[in-house]
Amino acid sequence: MGVENLFHGFQIAITPFNLFVAVIGITLGTIIGVLPGLGGANGVAILLPLTFTMPPTSAIILLTSLYWGALFGGAITSILFNIPGEPWSVATTFDGYPLARQGQGGQALTAAFSSSFIGALFSIVLITFFAPLLAEVALRFGPPEFFAIQLLTFSSFIGLGGGDPLKSLVSIVLGFILAAVGLDIVTGQLRLTFGLVDLMKGFDFIVAVIGLFGIGEILLSVEEGLSFKGTTTGMNLRVVLDTWKTLPRYARTFVRGAFIGFWMGFKPGGATPASFMSYAFAKRFSKHPERFGKGEIEGVVAPETAAHAAGVAAMLPMITLGIPGSPTAAVMLGGLIIWGLQPGPLLFTEKPDFVWGLIASMYTGNIIGVLMVLAFVPFFAAILRIPFAILTPLIVVVCAIGSYAVHNSMVDIWYMLIFGVVGYVFKKLDYPLAPLVLALVLGDLAENALRQSLIMSQGSLSVFVTRPISGVITAVAIFFFVLPILTPWWRRMRGTALPAPGRT
Amino acid sequence: MRAVDLATASIFVLLGGVVVFDSIRIGIGWGTDGPRSGFFPFWLGVILILASVTIAVQAWRRATDKPFVTREQLAPVMKVLWPATVMVILITPLGLYVASTLYLAFYMRWVGRHGWLAVVLCSVGVPLLTFVVFELWFLVPMPKGPLEAWLGY
Repeated sequence: MGVENLFHGFQIAITPFNLFVAVIGITLGTIIGVLPGLGGANGVAILLPLTFTMPPTSAIILLTSLYWGALFGGAITSILFNIPGEPWSVATTFDGYPLARQGQGGQALTAAFSSSFIGALFSIVLITFFAPLLAEVALRFGPPEFFAIQLLTFSSFIGLGGGDPLKSLVSIVLGFILAAVGLDIVTGQLRLTFGLVDLMKGFDFIVAVIGLFGIGEILLSVEEGLSFKGTTTGMNLRVVLDTWKTLPRYARTFVRGAFIGFWMGFKPGGATPASFMSYAFAKRFSKHPERFGKGEIEGVVAPETAAHAAGVAAMLPMITLGIPGSPTAAVMLGGLIIWGLQPGPLLFTEKPDFVWGLIASMYTGNIIGVLMVLAFVPFFAAILRIPFAILTPLIVVVCAIGSYAVHNSMVDIWYMLIFGVVGYVFKKLDYPLAPLVLALVLGDLAENALRQSLIMSQGSLSVFVTRPISGVITAVAIFFFVLPILTPWWRRMRGTALPAPGRT
Repeated sequence: MRAVDLATASIFVLLGGVVVFDSIRIGIGWGTDGPRSGFFPFWLGVILILASVTIAVQAWRRATDKPFVTREQLAPVMKVLWPATVMVILITPLGLYVASTLYLAFYMRWVGRHGWLAVVLCSVGVPLLTFVVFELWFLVPMPKGPLEAWLGY
């Protein structure tokens, strides 16, 4: 059944219009990935209003292509300019930039794009086979199971996200509180509005994403006193082909990276730790670990494979459970709702055109993407030569337009500015932003699932542990919640302080 | 760093207090048809207060470390922030396109010290392009002011 569906999906994905949309998406996405201050989540949020009038399948193809482009684009700035455009490209700079400094930028870029592509492809194939199965299981889920999954989503930020678990918790709770502002859809009661009309419609997560990630990121990057000391790309067909010949050598790194990426990625906040983990593993199993950090191709291959595999895997819970695995997927989920689709397992039975068109477009989008970035790297790298005094106000204006367009509301532009300052302060104090955004998106869903579960059980919390599926998920969630408390205790038991794996 | 950490944690405690207060007002218990509206926010507020107090205590105990922001770092940040704020204020009377033209021109000239030709080309060209894309192609309306009204939009 899977193959026919996929074939049907390809018929949708390779119509000229949808291919055109994919090319536009990848071009914009790569530009966005290259620009400091604009990332995947932001780019998708800003472009979302433009898709309101498009057919949903083309709209999601545009937004996912943008996402693939941003994933590719992050590697360009990491390698050529030592500026990670996205947090998951940080590990790519370790060996990518030294390679570029040694005049091997072309090789590093080719390796990065090719490994991104292989990582993505691996995840897409897994999605093709697992998504329908997962959706089928999810059809039997009731409110307690859905709430348990939400719990798991947020517990993994605390247990696996790295950083300060308390600050992650605060970030999650703040997101839920912001989501609760306004009308309570169950009882029709106004909450936390204090009689202010502007608060009645609540906070839109798209505006929050644009402010927190867009404006906040710009403020952080000007603080560093932006100056791009770029190296030349040195890309041509010969370099690409020669590099490809050397890549089969890293087969094991590819497989390891792809598995780590997929496994980390379908849980939230996965791409960044996945890239660091993959890098650490590659170094550990390498015959020449001392070469890492000085310009080893394998040090580019490992994090890029994992990051891209994780980025794609983040789509799996979004289309099957209606729970996004990353902020970017969260914005897309918001898009689904605006286009009039109900995210969740029913999509597979009710909108097969949409789901399979989307899955097929992941293949086409990544193939087009890797070819485009390989061919046009110099063009994309040239974007960073635009003077910073033009780039900064330009990004601010684009963010303002994006915020206004969501609801045609002036107050949203003010929220964007405020969220920008908040994002800047949070980043400096190490409060993670992704959990806040995800909580803001999922707030109503999570609250409804919790309330319905409690109604089912007459107010007893035991409903989450007595049902088998939700019991298992809740147990894992609780394990993640207490992991930060257990880890130091476990280390003391072992008697030695193990070096913590590099995570951010 | 420590002072700012303490300050934000205190703000969160206050915020949590406000949330708890408002939730109690609308009811946190069991209504006729399930948990009442204040139930979920109430517990969020409680968790926020507990977590923020712990963060504040941890920050208090920590020896003072690097400053939150240096003067050299803050200057460029403010240079972005206050013109952006002025632009947002100007959007209401002038419309988004005129406000962004002024903002782009001001920032390019003041911070970037670009030549007047580049300033005019960029600051007029970019809003013009967005106008074509948003208003004409995708029919997404932006706030408009007297200039657009005079031109008939």
